[in-house]
Amino acid sequence: MENIDTNVSGVCTPAVGEAGRTGEWRELRPVIDSTKCIPEVKGKPACFLCWLYCPDGVVSMTIPVEIDMDYCKGCGVCAEECPPNAIKMVREVDADE
Amino acid sequence: MNDVRIITGNEAAALAVKLAKPGVIAAYPITPQTSLAEKLSEYVEKGELKSEYVRVESEHSSLTVCISASTVGARVFTATSSNGLLYMHEQLHWAAGSRLPVVMCCVNRGVGAPWSIFNDQQDSFSQRDTGWIQIYCRDNQEILDTIIQAYRIAEEVYIPVMVCYDGFILSHTMMPVEIPDSGLIEEFLPPYRPHTILSPDDPKTINPVFFPTRRENSEGILCDGYMEMRYKLQAAFEKSGEVIRNASREWAEITGRDHGGLIWEYMTEDAELILTGMGSIATEATLAADALRDEGIRAGVVGIRAYRPFPKEEVAQAFKKATAIAVFEKCISYGYEGGVCSDLKAAFYGTDIKAPIHDYIAGLGGRDVKTGEIVDAARATLETVGSGDTGNKTIWLNCYKGI
Ligand code: SF4
Ligand code: SF4
Repeated sequence: MENIDTNVSGVCTPAVGEAGRTGEWRELRPVIDSTKCIPEVKGKPACFLCWLYCPDGVVSMTIPVEIDMDYCKGCGVCAEECPPNAIKMVREVDADE
Repeated sequence: MNDVRIITGNEAAALAVKLAKPGVIAAYPITPQTSLAEKLSEYVEKGELKSEYVRVESEHSSLTVCISASTVGARVFTATSSNGLLYMHEQLHWAAGSRLPVVMCCVNRGVGAPWSIFNDQQDSFSQRDTGWIQIYCRDNQEILDTIIQAYRIAEEVYIPVMVCYDGFILSHTMMPVEIPDSGLIEEFLPPYRPHTILSPDDPKTINPVFFPTRRENSEGILCDGYMEMRYKLQAAFEKSGEVIRNASREWAEITGRDHGGLIWEYMTEDAELILTGMGSIATEATLAADALRDEGIRAGVVGIRAYRPFPKEEVAQAFKKATAIAVFEKCISYGYEGGVCSDLKAAFYGTDIKAPIHDYIAGLGGRDVKTGEIVDAARATLETVGSGDTGNKTIWLNCYKGI
């Protein structure tokens, strides 16, 4: 009973990249239009609904808003939630061009 | 002086839980729940047991509460029966897969449809492959003693344990039971030491998606894949037989009561005819063995106490000299035969045991199984020896099969 194997159940520590590079899953890339994004237009912290809703926590609460493309899986939740439709989901191949 | 009380199986179970002092008890209070959960709530209300008693809206939730509480470091208990156990099915897998030492009583009852509230073992039998240790008790004293042992076993191998006992035949029948001193429990049962404690100070994600392959985590350490985690459960089961045997032996040393480890035997040394089963039907079989001996037939009984892990080595040894084997079981794998029968045959494969094995399906939905019926069935099995009857069929005992 002395040595407890703590690795008997499925456990992981929340950390960037714990589930691998989820950015590799992405087919659609969120692209922010800075002329529509509320914090950028107003020049002060506001909205940040993309930050709030992103299931992967890869959106920054900064001006300008930035997305960590290593881990953004391209789900499009941010684009769906963005009130002024400042985020467009663009095909990865098209985005590269 | 010994504290001996005349109590039901459910009260014996409740007293055992009280002695094991779980931090959290969760139970669904309505049918198919039994008076066991009621007794426990009484102890908590009177302040005799300092547990958090969580009354939930379903059995799925009661086991979920136990899983959560166990994950944050509490010793836990729950109890259920029949369809309630079936409703827990998903969470049974979660408890075992998370390697949490949950202890639960399954008061064995038939499952619907059609409705039954009466005894058989189809409920726990149908949860055989959820990764729980299953121990079947034959009398009320064994229920009490086994629950204490179950905590010791579960917390040593990190496998949940289901203590099964027959509904009504044991759960609602009174027998003398000796209640051990609480000091004795402290000696036998060390405090629960969780393998992983979920705490805000050390955030962890429990049971995230595991991938088919092993993979590197964020620190570059190669971690187990799904298959490795499942292998570890099986490896722990392979170790658990020894732990069950030790718990039983040590309990016998301090209390003088030995219920056997994985199996128990009754007059098997010279037995030509061996009767076997799990729970109270095996107790009944000991009376049948006595009656058969009065007729001059050398009969004995092997009781299967642990159904999982299955006592492969023990049964190969115990049945070695048998010339005929009669299995009595209160459950069936539809389309094949009773589970104990199948498992025995598998355990005998490659050994010298070639005795005919008859599988008697008996007592479903509370149908009474009388000693005389067991005697006649076992005698009929013995009479087939040498007749070329392979015995590969189920025989429904005392069941009207139409014309
Ligand atoms: S919500 Fe989805 S698409 Fe938007 S940033 Fe987060 S992961 Fe990328
Ligand atoms: S939700 Fe849209 S407007 Fe709001 S911060 Fe994000 S990108 Fe800008």
